Amino acid sequence: MELRFPEYDLGLLAPMLILVITGLVVLLADTFGRRRASGDRSFLAYLSLLGLLLTFYANSRLSGVVAAPFHGLLAIDAVAVFFNYVFLASSMLVVLMSISYGARHSMNVGEYYGLILFSTLGMMLMAAGGDLMTIFLGVEILSLNLYVLAGFLRGQARSNEAAMKYFLLGAFATGFLLYGISFLYGATGTTNLKAMGGFLKAAPAGNVSALLYVGMGLLIVGFGFKVTAVPFHMYTPDVYEGAPTSITAFLSAGPKAAGFAALVRVFSFALEGLHADWWGAFWLIAALTMTLGNILAIVQANIKRMLAYSSIAHAGYVLVALVASGGVGGAQRLGVSSVLFYTLAYTFFNLGAFAVVVAMGRGDRDQVGLADYAGLGYRRPWLALVMALFMVSLAGIPPTAGFVGKFVVFKSALNAGFVWLTIIAVLNSVVAVFYYLRVIVIMYMREPAAEMQAEAAGASFSGSLVIALILAVLGTLDLGLFPSRYLDLALRSVQALLG
Amino acid sequence: MSFTVPLSWYLVLSAIVFSIGVAGVLLRRNALVIFMCIEIMLSGVNLSFIAFSRFLHSMSGQIFFFFVMTVAAAEVAVGLAIILTIFRSRESVDVDEVNLLRG
Repeated sequence: MELRFPEYDLGLLAPMLILVITGLVVLLADTFGRRRASGDRSFLAYLSLLGLLLTFYANSRLSGVVAAPFHGLLAIDAVAVFFNYVFLASSMLVVLMSISYGARHSMNVGEYYGLILFSTLGMMLMAAGGDLMTIFLGVEILSLNLYVLAGFLRGQARSNEAAMKYFLLGAFATGFLLYGISFLYGATGTTNLKAMGGFLKAAPAGNVSALLYVGMGLLIVGFGFKVTAVPFHMYTPDVYEGAPTSITAFLSAGPKAAGFAALVRVFSFALEGLHADWWGAFWLIAALTMTLGNILAIVQANIKRMLAYSSIAHAGYVLVALVASGGVGGAQRLGVSSVLFYTLAYTFFNLGAFAVVVAMGRGDRDQVGLADYAGLGYRRPWLALVMALFMVSLAGIPPTAGFVGKFVVFKSALNAGFVWLTIIAVLNSVVAVFYYLRVIVIMYMREPAAEMQAEAAGASFSGSLVIALILAVLGTLDLGLFPSRYLDLALRSVQALLG
Repeated sequence: MSFTVPLSWYLVLSAIVFSIGVAGVLLRRNALVIFMCIEIMLSGVNLSFIAFSRFLHSMSGQIFFFFVMTVAAAEVAVGLAIILTIFRSRESVDVDEVNLLRG
C-alpha cells in the first residue's frame, strides 16, 4: 500500500511553528543551562523575545494571504494576521516586564517563558480557527497554560488560590463551550465555520433547528467566560489579584483579544445570517459588562483589582462593537474592524499601566494599594508621568489611543443603529473617568506616608522594564495621534475576508 | 423485529448527564469532586457528539470526541497539580476555605 502525504504549504504555519520551536528551545536551554552555576536566567527571556520577533517577521510575510489549509481547519487570512500582531505585541511587552519581576520573585525559569510562548500559540489558533475544532483546541492550549501561569508563585497561597479558581471555573466554562459546539454540529451537520455559514444561507428563512439557538446560547456562556463578560466575570478580580503581576497583565490583554477573535469568527462571520437572533443577547451582556465593571472599579482600593474591573468594563466596549457587527449593509465591516482596532489599542495602554504596577514593586513585595501611589509624582516623576498617560488613555481622553478606540466603537454602533447602547456606553465612559483620574490625583496631590519617602531614594529601573514602558507609551501615542494607518489596516483586513 | 433508538433519546440522556455534572459543580464544595463533576459534563457532551455523528453519518463528531478526551486528560494533569499545591499549603481542598482573595 502506498502511503501518501498531502502537500501543505508550511509557510502558512510559519508563525505557529516558530513559536513552538522557540518554546521547546527555551525549555531545553533552561534544563541544560542549569549545569552552569550562575543563577541569572534572564537569557531565557531574551531567547523568547528573539523567537517572538521572528514570529512577528513570519507573520508580516503572510499579509495579503487568504488560505484555508488542512481542509479548512485553519483560516489564514488578514484578520488572523492582524490579531497575531496584537498577540505578539502583548506577549513581547509581558516578557519584557517579566525579566525584573521574575528576578525579584525568583521565577525566571524556562517553564515560565515556555508557557507564555505556548499560550501565544493557543491564541493564534483561536484567531485562525476555520473550524470549531481548531477554535476549541486553541482555547484549551491557551487556558491550560494560563492556569499554570496564574499559579506560578507556588509558595504563595494567593497565587495558588488564583490558579485553582481560574482552573475550576475555566474548565466549567469549557464544558458549556463544548456542549454548544455539539448542538451547532447537530443542527448544521458540520463543524467547519465556512460550511456552517453556507448552510445557514441555503436554509429557508426562519426555518432553522431550535438546537441552533440552544447551541448559540451555550457558546455565548463559554466565550463570555474567556472575555470576562458579565455575568461570567466572577473569577476575574480574584484571579487578577492573586496571579503574579506580569501574568495579570498578560491575562488582561492577549487571551481576551483571542476570545474576541473567536467570537468574531463564530458570530460575526459564520453566524452572520442569524445576527437578528443573537444581537439581543450580546446587547444585554455588553450593557451589563460595561456598567458593572465601571461601578465596581470605583470602590476598589487595590490597583490590581481596580484594573481587573476596568478590564471587564473595556471588554464591554468591545462587545458593543461586536453587537454592531452585522445586520444593515456595511455594519459587519465597520463593527469587526473596530473590534480589531480596540483590542490593539487596549493592549498598549493596559499593559503599560500594569508595567507601572510591576515597576512599583520592591523585593518580593508588590505595592498594589492605591495609597502606595500617594506622592508618586514627586518621588518618581517619570513613572508617575507615564502612569498618568495610561490612565488618561484608559479613560478615553484625547490625544490617546483609548480615545480613538472608543470613538470608532461608538461610531460603528451608531452606524448600525444601536443608539441606546451607544448612550449607555458614553455614560459609562464618563463614570470611568472618575476612578482613572483619581489615580492621577493620588499621585500628584497626596502626601506619601513617611516610610515611603525614605524608600524613594533606592528607586531603580531595570532596563527591560524601561523598554516595555517606552514601547507602551509609543503605542498609546502613535495610535492616538496617527490612527488612520491602523484603522485602514483593520478595515482592509476585514474587507479582504468579505471579498 | 428490529428497533432503533431515536436520536432524541440520546440527546435527552446526554442532557441529563450534563445537568448532573453542572449540579455537582454548583453544589459540591470539595475541589476534587467539583473537578470530577466537570468530567461528567464532558461525558454528556461526548455522548451528544457521538449521537449526532451517527445520526448525520458524518465523522467530525467522532473526531471531536477524541479531541475532547485528549484535552480532558491534559486538563487532569494540570488540574490535579493545582489542587495538590492548594492541599500542601492548607491540608484541605474545600473551596469555601480557600478565600484569601476577596473584594
